[in-house]
Amino acid sequence: MKLTMHVNGREVTGEAEGRTLLSAFLRDALGLTGTHIGCDTSQCGACTVHVDGRQVKSCTMFAAEAEGAQVTTIEGMENADGSLSVIQQAFQDHHGLQCGFCTPGMVMAAAALLRDIPQPTEAQIRAHLDGNICRCTGYHNIVKAILAASGQPVAMAAE
Amino acid sequence: MPKDGIGASVKRREDPRFLTGRGRYTDDINLKGQAHVHFLRADVAHAVLNGIDTAEAAAMPGVLRIFTATDFAAVGGLPCGWQITDRHGQPMQEPKHPIMAEGKIRHVGEILAAVVAESVEQARDAAEAIVVDYEELPAVIDMKAACAEGAVKVHDDLASNLCYDWGFVEENKAAVDEAFASAAHVTTLELVNNRLVANPMEPRVAIGDYALHDDSSTLYTTSQNPHVIRLLMGAFVLGIPEHKLRVVAPDVGGGFGTKIFHYAEEAFCTFAAKQLRRPVKWTSTRSEAFISDAHGRDHVTKIELALDGDNNFTALRTDTYANMGAYLSTFAPSVPTWLHGTLMAGNYRTPLIYVNVKAVFTNTVPVDAYRGAGRPEATFQLERVVDKAARELGVDPAELRRQNFIRKDEFPYATPVAVEYDTGDYEATLNKALEMSDYAGFDTRRQESAGRGKLRGIGLSHYIEACGIAPSNLVGQLGARAGLYESATVRVNATGGIVVMTGSHSHGQGHETSFPQVIADMIGIAPDQVEIVHGDTANTPMGMGTYGSRSIAVGGSAMVRATEKIIAKAKKIAAHLMEAAEADIELKDGAFTVAGTDKSVAWGDVTLAAYVPHNYPLDEIEPGLEETAFYDPANFTYPSGCYICEVEVDPDTGQVEVQSFTAADDFGNVINPMIVEGQVHGGVGQGIGQALLENCVYDADGQLLSASYMDYAMPRARDLPMINVDHSCCTPCTHNPLGVKGCGEAGAIGSPPALVNAVIDALQRAGTDVGHIDMPLSPDRVWAAMNA
Repeated sequence: MKLTMHVNGREVTGEAEGRTLLSAFLRDALGLTGTHIGCDTSQCGACTVHVDGRQVKSCTMFAAEAEGAQVTTIEGMENADGSLSVIQQAFQDHHGLQCGFCTPGMVMAAAALLRDIPQPTEAQIRAHLDGNICRCTGYHNIVKAILAASGQPVAMAAE
Repeated sequence: MPKDGIGASVKRREDPRFLTGRGRYTDDINLKGQAHVHFLRADVAHAVLNGIDTAEAAAMPGVLRIFTATDFAAVGGLPCGWQITDRHGQPMQEPKHPIMAEGKIRHVGEILAAVVAESVEQARDAAEAIVVDYEELPAVIDMKAACAEGAVKVHDDLASNLCYDWGFVEENKAAVDEAFASAAHVTTLELVNNRLVANPMEPRVAIGDYALHDDSSTLYTTSQNPHVIRLLMGAFVLGIPEHKLRVVAPDVGGGFGTKIFHYAEEAFCTFAAKQLRRPVKWTSTRSEAFISDAHGRDHVTKIELALDGDNNFTALRTDTYANMGAYLSTFAPSVPTWLHGTLMAGNYRTPLIYVNVKAVFTNTVPVDAYRGAGRPEATFQLERVVDKAARELGVDPAELRRQNFIRKDEFPYATPVAVEYDTGDYEATLNKALEMSDYAGFDTRRQESAGRGKLRGIGLSHYIEACGIAPSNLVGQLGARAGLYESATVRVNATGGIVVMTGSHSHGQGHETSFPQVIADMIGIAPDQVEIVHGDTANTPMGMGTYGSRSIAVGGSAMVRATEKIIAKAKKIAAHLMEAAEADIELKDGAFTVAGTDKSVAWGDVTLAAYVPHNYPLDEIEPGLEETAFYDPANFTYPSGCYICEVEVDPDTGQVEVQSFTAADDFGNVINPMIVEGQVHGGVGQGIGQALLENCVYDADGQLLSASYMDYAMPRARDLPMINVDHSCCTPCTHNPLGVKGCGEAGAIGSPPALVNAVIDALQRAGTDVGHIDMPLSPDRVWAAMNA
């Protein structure tokens, strides 16, 4: 079937089967490979996107369910001039990523959190990240990056 | 403090592409005309395979071809890269490791058939129509049962399920036994080092491609070491010479060891692409990863420590069963032996050590290196038994360790287990960690916890590891079938910019940022003048890849050696340009000067002269500025450190919560502190995961019970604390040019015993006599131990 939706502010159309998941549609039909697939049980969160303003694991819905929806992926998160957004910049400043595979999902989750809770506590950040697994960082610097992105003071890495 | 050279926390240049979704991982690659493969995998652990009927499946929509073991009759098995010689001088038992099951199924997940189709869905649908005729056999899962007389054999053509019975150092055995017989105190501990799954967040992917016009093959794969894959697959499996085989490992989403090895899926996709004249792609699902990625750890150990009347360690004796799984993965035999037995001295002066390891075949997925590989197993048992001894003797665990440490002035120190530590200062890291964790103030915190009904405990461990793998001559004697040098080509361009082609691979370690810091420092230019190229055998020199915390120590040293050659040649050119003696030329801040004069020529002018050799002594110096170096380390490096963990245990539920975690490491010199701290955070996260959450569990029939993230408890953000790290204690490595030791595995090595020691401390302070609990310390295990 042919599906149309608004992805990162642009109307896009692509082919999908009824069983095609939104995660696969974004990657295969639209070529938006920043959305990653790290598991097959909706546990890891690497495929996190925003659908109509809500944080969603894109493997938990069929592509057809997003017909007509507003979808934001990691490719739509940078500033208009191509520079890193506040959240992305905070991840770089605080070394909140290593291999980069979980990173798109982490950034999308962080953006949703900071929209709902502009100044979250460390505990609120950790609770919000419950659906996003990172194997590299021990979460330490991800938590720091999100605290920093919210404007709260955190220490920089050692010199 | 350097602005952006060695020692500066330079922000990572690889981050922007990852943060904007523009990384290029293997699964992001789609080749024109590619077909997709789905592997039909065994769902029983042990069976006689009578036949596979693919007729119906082959006729299904989109199916191009179905492969079974018979298609690989002319193809070799997956090679094992290390041969162990047993206690009696005999080589280990080494069964064939076929691409697909041949006549017998030996573990759940083993490949039975491969369906190649136009789409993944069509391949998957067709695989369901394949009929497998098999006769199930009893599975061999428990290692000790596998070694019993009359046990069912995993490999019918082998004498038994014992891969090898290794003794180390065999000549010391009698002396060790004698020391135990005359000891004032002996502490004994039986423990399990739980089986784990590495679980890099990016599942494995392989894409094979074949070019008919020049008979060449290309494999895109999620590997930590593309050259190793090219060598093993080309020379031993498919018979493709190196110049006709290119292996590319682009951005790789974590490795942790399990992406070192050469896997059947890589060989299959390369083979099938040639057969079908089309690219063939495989993307692992997470469910497949659990039953096809090599697992880690899985040791069962009895360890005994002998002490004299003054609490000095006099001897150590261990007896370990190590699970190999059904087949020998690439480096599996080396993990419980040379990467484990050689570390049993730890930080201590124990004069007599004997290690016995029985490696066992079982009907499980192959087991191989996982972050730390042998060294976490050594550290866990040693740091647990030392802790237990302290508690039995009623002395402070920190002080018993201190008393038995190798002293700062005793280096280089030859241990009784064949390695020589070049440098270290164990008291420094111990003192640092005690201070950072406010060890002295623990009782106040314990009382505060008690006020809330919680049992608080504190535990420490002091680890050593052998990194910078490894001197080739030495490992060759120990059975390695490969050299373990590293390489770098430094190409200076005409206008002064530099491209470094390295055999090291970066899959999260930040080499693209930290390696240029070194070169920038040596020449005195900005790091952004240096670019790192890695991951493609077509444009990098032969390298052994990234594992064993070896990249900066071995790969970085190769890069330094190549840069030294560059500087030597550039000085010759500069001498000519300034009409001065070569011996008088100095290089500083990106300019060559003549000592004692104000003559100067910029780096860029010298590099330009090398490529535009007009006024140039062509009879003395070749044009161009490009050098390659291979660096073979003289010794291992020996990072060490002290980790302290504080926990609270809920006495009603057995729930353990980590309250604080302190890591004081001695990594020698550090290139990028921010990256080093990140490596420790991640390693500690995995170590806490092993100690508290993760467990790979088979039932008696060989079914993997923990085969998804629903059942395998990966550490999540709420499970881990902020981690308090320090690397200011620094004894530089004495035998590599940067004085570096490596930091990738330390966190995973040092943290599990610290956490378990803390829980035991909490339970004993609460008046129980719990001496040990096997990992993971899940609430049910802790509660059961408290209420036994």
